[in-house]
Amino acid sequence: MNKLISSFVYIGEGKVFVNKRLIFYQEKIVTFAEFIKALYRQEQVSYPKFHKMDSLSKLGFMAAELLLKSSNRGRYQADSLAIVLANSSSSLDTDMIYQESIRDRLVYFPSPSVFVYTLANIVIGEICIRHGFKGENAFLVSEKFDSGQLMDHVSEVFDMHRAEACIFGWVEILGSQFKAMMALVEYENAVLAENHGFRPVPFSQAAINDLMNVN
Amino acid sequence: MDELIDKLKKEVIAQLNLEDISVDDINPDAPLFGEGLGLDSIDALELIVLLEKNYGIKIEDPKDGKKIFYSIRTMAEYITAHQTKG
Repeated sequence: MNKLISSFVYIGEGKVFVNKRLIFYQEKIVTFAEFIKALYRQEQVSYPKFHKMDSLSKLGFMAAELLLKSSNRGRYQADSLAIVLANSSSSLDTDMIYQESIRDRLVYFPSPSVFVYTLANIVIGEICIRHGFKGENAFLVSEKFDSGQLMDHVSEVFDMHRAEACIFGWVEILGSQFKAMMALVEYENAVLAENHGFRPVPFSQAAINDLMNVN
Repeated sequence: MDELIDKLKKEVIAQLNLEDISVDDINPDAPLFGEGLGLDSIDALELIVLLEKNYGIKIEDPKDGKKIFYSIRTMAEYITAHQTKG
């Protein structure tokens, strides 16, 4: 059965798009922390745990928040929605913060709350906790964005009958550089003809590449 | 004691990234865990680090944590009795 990308989110270069519509723009980004907090406030999200997350999780969390708000995920059971995410820096952004906290043996206070984020797949855990998902998940790390790799993994999730829908995307941050693309792929018969003004597109490598260049 | 309680509230808010909580929101006698601030097990570890970093207090027996971290006031009382720096 054909699969369609039914909704997507793009965050990068100070802009946030949901289904091709620009919903947030910050011309001059001072820090990622300020940027993502401003987005969180604009979207009126209320989730105290957000403030305790590392940058990678905050980025993935907000992308998922916007994606799921703009989609029809309510039709899926908790274990029938999979998540496949990827990036190139893994959790290096947080690894370096943690490393700094243990560098000096005389001022040695490793932070447990930083340490728990020194794995890239924690971002998936945060999304699953927030939305109650219990389906298949995977976090892939590759040197560069690889639409073929994402396509293969997502297709396998469907082919193995592990999910009825799958959130997939790219969530990358290292220092001041960040970018996220997250999309929902579903079977054709489950997708509405139009979703908030966005016409679903067939799930393909070319379509995934297009989503990474929305800006 | 009141001065220490206020200082401790600010330190807990900063250490645990309690973004939407102000000093006035924290009742010094209310339980820190399970209700009230809704802290979790990682927060408990952060409070142990806070005591060591800011007050030079090392908790040797983890079982003591339940009593020490019951509330801001019990933390302040423990600090007053055991402080080595700060």
